Amino acid sequence: MTARIGVVTFPGSLDDRDTQRAIRVAGAEPVALWHKDKDLKQVDAVVLCGGFSYGDYLRAGAIARFSPVMDTVIDQAKAGLPVLGICNGFQILTEAHLLPGGMLGNDHLHFICRDQKLRVENADTAWTTDYTAGQEIHIPLKNMDGRYVADRRTLDELEAEGRVAFRYMVRGEAADGYGNPNGSLNDIAGITNAAGNVVGLMPHPEHAVESLIGTGRTDGLPFFTSILKKLVTA
Amino acid sequence: MSKTPSRLPPPPDTEALRAAPSRLDTVEHAAATPDVELPWAELGLKKDEYERVVEILGRRPTGAELAMYSVMWSEHCSYKSSKVHLRQFGEKAPESEALLVGIGENAGVVDVGQGYAVTFKVESHNHPSYVEPYQGAATGVGGIVRDIIAMGARPVAVVDPLRFGAADHPDTKRVLPGVVAGIGGYGNCLGLPNIGGEVVFDACYQGNPLVNAGAIGVMRHEDIHLAKASGAGNKVILYGARTGGDGIGGASILASETFTDTSAADAAGAKPSKRPAVQVGDPFQEKLLIECTLEAFAEKLVVGIQDLGAAGLSCATSELASNGSGGMRVTLDDVPLRDSTLSPEEILMSESQERMCAVVEPEKVDRFLEICDKWDVIATVIGEVTDGDRLEIYWHGGKIVDVDPRTVAHDGPVYERPYARPSWQDELQADDANKLARPETSEELKGQVLKLVGSPNQASKQWITQQYDHFVQGNTVLAQPEDSGMIRIDEASGLGVAIATDGNGRYAKLDPYTGAQLALAEAYRNVATTGAKPLAVSDCLNFGSPEDPAVMWQFAEAVRGLADGCQQLGTPVTGGNVSLYNQTGEAAIHPTPVVAVLGVIDDVARRTPVAFQEDGQLLYLLGDTREEFGGSAWSQVVHDHLGGLPPKVDLERERLLGEVLISASRDGMIDSAHDLSDGGLVQAVVESALLGEKGARLVVPDGLDAFTFLFSESAGRAVVAVPRSEELRFNDMCGARGLPATRIGVVDGDTIEVQGEFTLPLAELREAHEGTIPALLA
Repeated sequence: MTARIGVVTFPGSLDDRDTQRAIRVAGAEPVALWHKDKDLKQVDAVVLCGGFSYGDYLRAGAIARFSPVMDTVIDQAKAGLPVLGICNGFQILTEAHLLPGGMLGNDHLHFICRDQKLRVENADTAWTTDYTAGQEIHIPLKNMDGRYVADRRTLDELEAEGRVAFRYMVRGEAADGYGNPNGSLNDIAGITNAAGNVVGLMPHPEHAVESLIGTGRTDGLPFFTSILKKLVTA
Repeated sequence: MSKTPSRLPPPPDTEALRAAPSRLDTVEHAAATPDVELPWAELGLKKDEYERVVEILGRRPTGAELAMYSVMWSEHCSYKSSKVHLRQFGEKAPESEALLVGIGENAGVVDVGQGYAVTFKVESHNHPSYVEPYQGAATGVGGIVRDIIAMGARPVAVVDPLRFGAADHPDTKRVLPGVVAGIGGYGNCLGLPNIGGEVVFDACYQGNPLVNAGAIGVMRHEDIHLAKASGAGNKVILYGARTGGDGIGGASILASETFTDTSAADAAGAKPSKRPAVQVGDPFQEKLLIECTLEAFAEKLVVGIQDLGAAGLSCATSELASNGSGGMRVTLDDVPLRDSTLSPEEILMSESQERMCAVVEPEKVDRFLEICDKWDVIATVIGEVTDGDRLEIYWHGGKIVDVDPRTVAHDGPVYERPYARPSWQDELQADDANKLARPETSEELKGQVLKLVGSPNQASKQWITQQYDHFVQGNTVLAQPEDSGMIRIDEASGLGVAIATDGNGRYAKLDPYTGAQLALAEAYRNVATTGAKPLAVSDCLNFGSPEDPAVMWQFAEAVRGLADGCQQLGTPVTGGNVSLYNQTGEAAIHPTPVVAVLGVIDDVARRTPVAFQEDGQLLYLLGDTREEFGGSAWSQVVHDHLGGLPPKVDLERERLLGEVLISASRDGMIDSAHDLSDGGLVQAVVESALLGEKGARLVVPDGLDAFTFLFSESAGRAVVAVPRSEELRFNDMCGARGLPATRIGVVDGDTIEVQGEFTLPLAELREAHEGTIPALLA
């Protein structure tokens, strides 16, 4: 048996088909979900993929958060459904208050696309068990509004509870993907909720699952094998 | 996203139109009032052109008809100055089994095997990008992508050949960041990986930056769609954005005239009069348009389709009608408007973006509208295909257009513009670059290498390309700074396509015929270097004013060169674009034919990257190196010189080199390869070294001096890295095929060492190569 993982398409979603492919590469079954449809088709987990839902108009993720499908995603996430938000998906998760904080425009005011060096800080979430804590990985990053911000108390809480899941690695050559690419506070690239079932990050693991494609690295695959293992052995 | 007001004040010329007749100017009214003066000159028509319109109609045109003719007969839409030369692309087209759809449709289509067809095209958005860099460049991407969708294909990648004024000119800092942000802002939001292109700086582009945009789309053979309206009773559906007042007269006024003011700084602030002719883009709307159109195609709901680009509804209705079997009747009142005060003339001329027009059988209309509704796309039936052969357009119950659509779309004026070899051409060619002072010491040679790789044209463009998404869609095998961009199109078999765009205005200025062939040769070589087989060509021909005989000569020569070259290489021209009037006052840009070559690779796992892969691999120089410095990067960087003759072209050699590179890739004989072009061998080796983070030791081959070895720009060459285990086999292959292959060194260490001359640490080279552009523009 394998796991069925849903990928939501909002108007303006871009990486839906890529995410479905990554799920397939990991050995799970991708299920296409439509934003106007509240039905999650009994999937075992959901990915909110990258893109510019509703053109990022108003604020990235702010409109998509009100799509009918999100009512169900929010309810079920609170009940333990594993949810991964990638880039625009992360933005939607913060707008939906499933994850704390929010995203502002990159501090350098440009879109940035690069192979980013990250450190895995929390390898105990539903989406990260195939990593080890402290592992250093390269994951492609591409965004306009990627600067993670939160108030001091929230940041302290995230740090204290080990809920910073991924951090940008800043000490090293820019050519090798080091550096905080957008001005995120505490170099935060991704976070998890307290229960560890909802994870959001700005970099794109679905773009790093095949050795021939993109950067040629496969450091993103463990996201999808982690969840598959969890679901299949559960 | 930058926000621009959606309602822009109408330019003065259309106000003239509004004012002209006090009552609705119907066909009947026009016939009854032959003496009414119409503002044909303000709309860009010449006197004899207007007289021809009157002759065709047998009466004066209505205001709406005049609007249609004026935009469709503009240089931009009618190719009236270039047509007589462009015919050669058809007449000299080589036999090609790969060509499925040729010149004349929205974009050419090529068979790439396994039932797949690929469509690709390059277009210009030069003038708008100077006036309003962000929106000009953004809508350039939008337009080319709609051309691709209109063929029935899913767009899979974009490329952007860009040319700007001097890198350190203050206006470049206005234009370039805006253009790059516009391309990124639009393309990134559409989910199209940006995989290639060029960025070139030259003072000649100061007031006339070249913003060319290319796109590739993939479909199955049976999914090819064409722009034609057939079958009486079929419905004409306009879908996408509402029509607004933006971009009115963009094709006729902006793209078909020379900028008259010579002060570049004026363009930003002091030329508001042309600003409303630039369209405003909404990439989110276009993304919806892509998905909804592809869904309609998948359900076979579409008989014919046309995107609305230059000349808007005037173009879409007249082209659909004239390519089909019948006529067309359109009710303009049904066009959804962003601004209810628009006149019918303005609606016909508006170039509002993100709109398409589909012809759908009546029983499939409901389903088509349903799909549009699913994607929140506005769709409206605005007319139908008729039995006759007339295009009739109604407004408020009156018939305001009644024309033979062919006369609008296809029978525009054709000019045999006078052309003559410029008087200065001989003098320019006599100013031989080979006689320029060369470095006399090793130290000087080393200094010039650093200066070259750090010069704006030769420097890394990463600061620019990292503002584009290369990864989206998950099929990008290679992207810039690789020699060509490569996209996987079939996951199971690994089938892929590659595209490279090249152009060198400096070469073309010295000799337009040779310059065009060098652009073709370079793009062809770049595709082959990555392991793909070149199949077909698209071009974007950027020139000055056709009314200048010297410019017209450059154009005629370049087209002749390109047509001859394509014939010889067996790669047909499938379509393209001509951009004229790229000049400010008397000063035209360098003639700049940009050539895109599309190639196919059976298995992308065999692709050859630029980066050095492993220490110890042997470096081979393929081809012949001569003392050729005319138009070279070295002559520009070190001497600020342009003169002499460009490098010689040998297309048979290019073909042979291509075959060797493709075989070597297929049989695993090389691990990296890089074409040699501007900047010569040293530029190529430095790029391969920096990308692979591995140095090289080079030995100057017998019969060459170090300077010529490093800086010559002889065409038909590449550097390859051969694993030692493959050396014998590789040498045998080159020997058997008669391609000169010279061992020049080895991949090794963290320096570039030219034996007996100098050693440069990679760190120093990296600083020079990667620091330049951010220092100028960030």
